Amino acid sequence: MSSVLTIAGYGLREALRRKVFVVVLLLTVAFLVLFWLANHVLFQNVANVGPPVGVDARTFAGATIFGLAMFGTLFLGVVLAIFLTIGVVRGDAERGLLQPLIVRPVGRVTLLVARWLGAVAVCAPYVGAVYVATMLITGLTGHWWPDHVVVPGVELAAGVAVVAALSLLGSVFLTSTANGIAVFMIFGAGLVAGLLGTIGHALNSHQLERAAKITAWLLPFEGLYQDGLRQITANTTGLTGFLLELGPFGGAYTGGTSLRLWAAAYLLIVGAGAAVGFSRRDL
Amino acid sequence: MAALAVRGLAKRYGAVEALAGVDLEVREGELVGLLGPNGAGKSTLVKIACGLVRPSRGSAEICGLPAGSREARRSMGYLAELFRFPGWYSADEVLELHQRLAGSTGGSHERHELLQLVGLEDARNRRVEEMSKGMQQRLGVAQALVGSPPLLLLDEPTSALDPVGRRTVRVLLEELRSRGTSVLLNSHLLSEIELVCDRVAILLRGRLVAEGSPAELARSRGVEIETDEGARLFEGASRDDAPRLVAELVGQGRQVYGVRVLTSTLEETYLEAVGGETS
Repeated sequence: MSSVLTIAGYGLREALRRKVFVVVLLLTVAFLVLFWLANHVLFQNVANVGPPVGVDARTFAGATIFGLAMFGTLFLGVVLAIFLTIGVVRGDAERGLLQPLIVRPVGRVTLLVARWLGAVAVCAPYVGAVYVATMLITGLTGHWWPDHVVVPGVELAAGVAVVAALSLLGSVFLTSTANGIAVFMIFGAGLVAGLLGTIGHALNSHQLERAAKITAWLLPFEGLYQDGLRQITANTTGLTGFLLELGPFGGAYTGGTSLRLWAAAYLLIVGAGAAVGFSRRDL
Repeated sequence: MAALAVRGLAKRYGAVEALAGVDLEVREGELVGLLGPNGAGKSTLVKIACGLVRPSRGSAEICGLPAGSREARRSMGYLAELFRFPGWYSADEVLELHQRLAGSTGGSHERHELLQLVGLEDARNRRVEEMSKGMQQRLGVAQALVGSPPLLLLDEPTSALDPVGRRTVRVLLEELRSRGTSVLLNSHLLSEIELVCDRVAILLRGRLVAEGSPAELARSRGVEIETDEGARLFEGASRDDAPRLVAELVGQGRQVYGVRVLTSTLEETYLEAVGGETS
């Protein structure tokens, strides 16, 4: 246990020292300022708009812009997670950073678990903080609050933890550059599949919806994100709820407990794959 | 019990046979030098011993424990040929990190002693990124010594050092020997190996081609006797043969002006063993 904490602390310290962390922080500040401006303008306009009968314009605007914020939060969290984990095994071995650590009586699995925990210890609070900040901006500016406050934030953080695990797995086999590209492409593929699912829902295409569901289970970070989107308007019914589900941030897919359990199992499977690959790797 | 025992060790990387069945022992308190041209398999052997590489065949044991096991890694210190410490760590923090990972209870006293041993006592709080390559290498040697392991595996520990730094490491190795620490020293510097090692092993294309003490390896090349007819070389003769050879020459009516017993240096033995091979 003390080895896990030592290496997690080592990873945490590395994360805080790296320039990518500063870049992400600056981007986050820029994102939050722009998001506040967008909220300000949006809710000013909403006050002057006469919506169609049965549509609550404030709820529609609030849920949509907060859905956009959740996408931004997930994206920034994923960027951070990938850059903290892309070179943990092969990248660090090529730079000569890994060998002095791995010959200590620590164990390769311990190292992987500790580096994942170190990355999650940075990314999860970051995602949580941005999630809460954007929720406060939307809530205080537009007087709209999500139907569920905690679960969507936890699901976003869990989605980022899944991406960190995938990136760790990739780092066992791929160089840092190749791994970074691969994980970003997987992330992009997941998002595209989610949007296709939304389009499928709007067009009542069962095939598109099924493809999106399969992708959401294959890449549970996408399923968790979609489920989080759905949670913010879980109690919104009527025409407003229907229209939100047709939009890109409506969360057409409902995951629920089974998805969350699968995401936990998925983490174990990815971790086991990384552990087996790493234990067979010559350094 | 041997500090390091390697039996029939083989390693194949695809079509390349890095090690082809090597037997080698480093006994308790012994300092063994591992020589060989680039690609001979020296680093592979050391990496198998510390669990970084899995052997294709054969076995390696550290203090009787299977190499690579957690227990074996507790009994060894390792300095890789190519290594790096995070640039933002100070020398003291690097050692503290390794103390925690190695389970050493030496605390700041051990860190101070190790930095003193490698001549870095004044750089205790200096960040790694502000150190020269030589200082980093000496810090690497100190890191390998954390927890006072009974066996040290040093892969080219002096490659980036200037003559003074090399001397520091040489003195350190002699100090370690006096403490009973076993060392496997992988180096290209023959003079260094000749000066400090009890035994030398020469690898070529994954095979052990010569082994023995520097004195045993630096064998006699003959006796050269200078007479009134010029210098005559008696190949294969040793120091013990010199009086007889001189008596025979004098008996033949020759004037003898000088006698030299010729021995080969470790460098000559090495070049002969590897056939001038390099890569």
